[in-house]
Amino acid sequence: MAKKTVLLATALVFIFVVSTGVVNAQSARDYISIVGSSTVYPFATVVAEQFGKTTRYKTPKIESTGSGGGLKLFCAGVGVEHPDITNASRRIKKSELEKCQSNGVTEIVEVKIGYDGIVLANSNRAKPMKLSRKDIFLALAKEVPDPKGGEKLVANPYRTWKDVNPSLPNIRIEVLGPPPTSGTRDAFVELAMESGAKKFDWLAALRKKDKKAFKAVAHTLREDGAYIEAGENDNLIVQKLDANPNAVGIFGFSFLDQNTDKIQGSYVDGVQPSFDAIASGDYPLSRPLFFYVKKAHIGVIPGMEGYLAEFTSEKAWGPDGYLADKGMIPMPDAERYKYRADVAKLRVLTALK
Amino acid sequence: MNKADLIRAEEKKTPKRTIDVVRAGLAKRYRAEGRFKLYGLGAIIISLLCLAILFISIVGKGYPAFQQTFIQLEVFFDPAVLGQENLSSANFPGLVKKTLRNMFPDVKGRSDKRALYQLVSTGAAFQLREMILKDPGLVGKTVSVWVPADDDVDMLMKGHFDRKMSESGGRLNNKQLAWIDELSRQGKIEKRFNTIFFTSGDSREPELAGIGGAASGTVLTLVVTLILSFPIGVAAAVYLEEFASKNRWTDLIEVNVNNLAAVPSIVFGLLGLGVFLNFFGLPRSAPLVGGLVLTLMTLPIIIIASRAALQSVPPSIREGALGVGASKMQMVMHHVLPLALPGMLTGTIIGMARALGETAPLLMIGMVAFIVDIPTGFTDPSTVLPVQIYLWADSPERAFVERTSAAIIVLLAFLIIMNAAAIILRKKFERRW
Repeated sequence: MAKKTVLLATALVFIFVVSTGVVNAQSARDYISIVGSSTVYPFATVVAEQFGKTTRYKTPKIESTGSGGGLKLFCAGVGVEHPDITNASRRIKKSELEKCQSNGVTEIVEVKIGYDGIVLANSNRAKPMKLSRKDIFLALAKEVPDPKGGEKLVANPYRTWKDVNPSLPNIRIEVLGPPPTSGTRDAFVELAMESGAKKFDWLAALRKKDKKAFKAVAHTLREDGAYIEAGENDNLIVQKLDANPNAVGIFGFSFLDQNTDKIQGSYVDGVQPSFDAIASGDYPLSRPLFFYVKKAHIGVIPGMEGYLAEFTSEKAWGPDGYLADKGMIPMPDAERYKYRADVAKLRVLTALK
Repeated sequence: MNKADLIRAEEKKTPKRTIDVVRAGLAKRYRAEGRFKLYGLGAIIISLLCLAILFISIVGKGYPAFQQTFIQLEVFFDPAVLGQENLSSANFPGLVKKTLRNMFPDVKGRSDKRALYQLVSTGAAFQLREMILKDPGLVGKTVSVWVPADDDVDMLMKGHFDRKMSESGGRLNNKQLAWIDELSRQGKIEKRFNTIFFTSGDSREPELAGIGGAASGTVLTLVVTLILSFPIGVAAAVYLEEFASKNRWTDLIEVNVNNLAAVPSIVFGLLGLGVFLNFFGLPRSAPLVGGLVLTLMTLPIIIIASRAALQSVPPSIREGALGVGASKMQMVMHHVLPLALPGMLTGTIIGMARALGETAPLLMIGMVAFIVDIPTGFTDPSTVLPVQIYLWADSPERAFVERTSAAIIVLLAFLIIMNAAAIILRKKFERRW
């Protein structure tokens, strides 16, 4: 009967589909699988696309999982079902390296690819802000040193930028920034808030004595409405800044680079974020970007060497390369040569300094 | 004596009749009814207004993406640049650059040349490469080719950039603006229908990015979902309605099916990660796994709709069939199921429409990924339309804004088609008893 045939066919299709899936998963994978940071994602995808379109290999698949999530997947083991490469907007942690090694992922090649700047920006229609890292800390920390003096913390009393520093404009503090799950937020609190807090001698002393207590002070942003968590979508922050000239936003440099007709970068410690200022290291809020390669997969997954060669070529990560066009800040020449040589030799990361 | 006193006197004389009480309150009741109607009307107007704003903003932002700026190049396929032996790895970007230099011979200096090269998309080189691979006889000939312009040029042509901004830090400098004006004077730059948007996969260059890959992934995922969820859902509903005895166990199953329909979709994603990926070892980012997860999500919807459809078949039909000697299975297959099928299909289509718009469960199984190659099989890495929208919305390039909206238009069109199909099916096959 027709109905019976339909039922039977459905069952057969299901069994076929599942079994091919299992077989495919267990036999070789013919494309590179990459996971990791959403900050590196826009750069890694360009390289992957170039690689896929100019070689006979398939285009690598890149998932945007965040640095931590990526390393977790990466360190789960060796084998085609695990990713080959993970991108990270920070260096691998000691605990993560140990996790990797305990799961048999003993040979990891570390590749530093360049820098990303974190910018504070406001609308073009307002004047650029001239901030110092101390100002940023005082404006955004939940608890700040008592303005009356003495070595104690009080709930952040500052309402306007002028309260923080008399040279700043008399407008309400309103900062749109990333939520705690974001790598940009991690880097921001580390680079801006921590060094701002260190400007107070007694907090710097506290850091030496009790690192945890210091971090609790420097890493906790205020929750009274002056700091607004705007979600992971940086385009949204740009749109909000355009609508509200009094607000300041925090995001990656590439978003400033793409929207220079709407927004401008704020000076931090006297330096405005620009391509050159970040590359030279003058601009203080910049972080290195990395990716990590599973050496055991090289030679097993087709095209791994080619992808590494493409990423570390001058036309990709050099000062005039296509990654620079996308807003990544290249490393200085010497550092680039060092990492290219390391990649060519597949030098394994043994221990963290 | 005035009127009020008269009425009061009247009231004292005769005992109050019900009709008087009713009449006295009548005007107030009419007013209340009028207000009640207005509230309802207001609610509808507000929702229509929201819908209109949504559509206007999305269509307004998205429709320019259906056009793309192209630049005409007179390409001389120079054998000296291409070399002879291996055409697939020849220096095609160099060929594009040489062509541009020939078009603007008075451009000198490294940074000016770089600025000139930026007018044309990097996709131009890929396009020339494909032309040569298809027809190697072109080497040594001059061909006029329309290649996509860079996304910044495209944005300028569509009026998204303010020309006055350029010196103070816009994306294009004054020289580039002058070249573009020169090109448009010669008629060598124009907006054309954007076929790339519909045929190609994802790309980091907005002018090369398309929804082809995502749409193909969506189709593959939904095929898996449909193949699995429709027969399983219908079979479950038929068993529960026609065969299962009413006891505590079937009550428990019913409550659980209803609860399952309300479970947030991300939970199904976690289940998929734990069961299909980690336990069965199925590949990440595959439409097969996406379809399995979405099957779990749509099953309860289909079961509930199918049961409702079965319940609406009058008992007399069942009794009639059994009365003339049909077995229970014949009764179900020959009489009840055909009558309930339109309702079941409607439920299935609505369930599939929900599955079409889902991103959260796919997040956990690796379908939120950058995929350039268009998937052709159930285990190829792929992504789906809503995920593509999410990924583009997060990209820094300005040109992705309109592409995001355009992809939303396509997704909405799919949803409207599916829902319309459900309505037409229902209207066509609906039976009333």
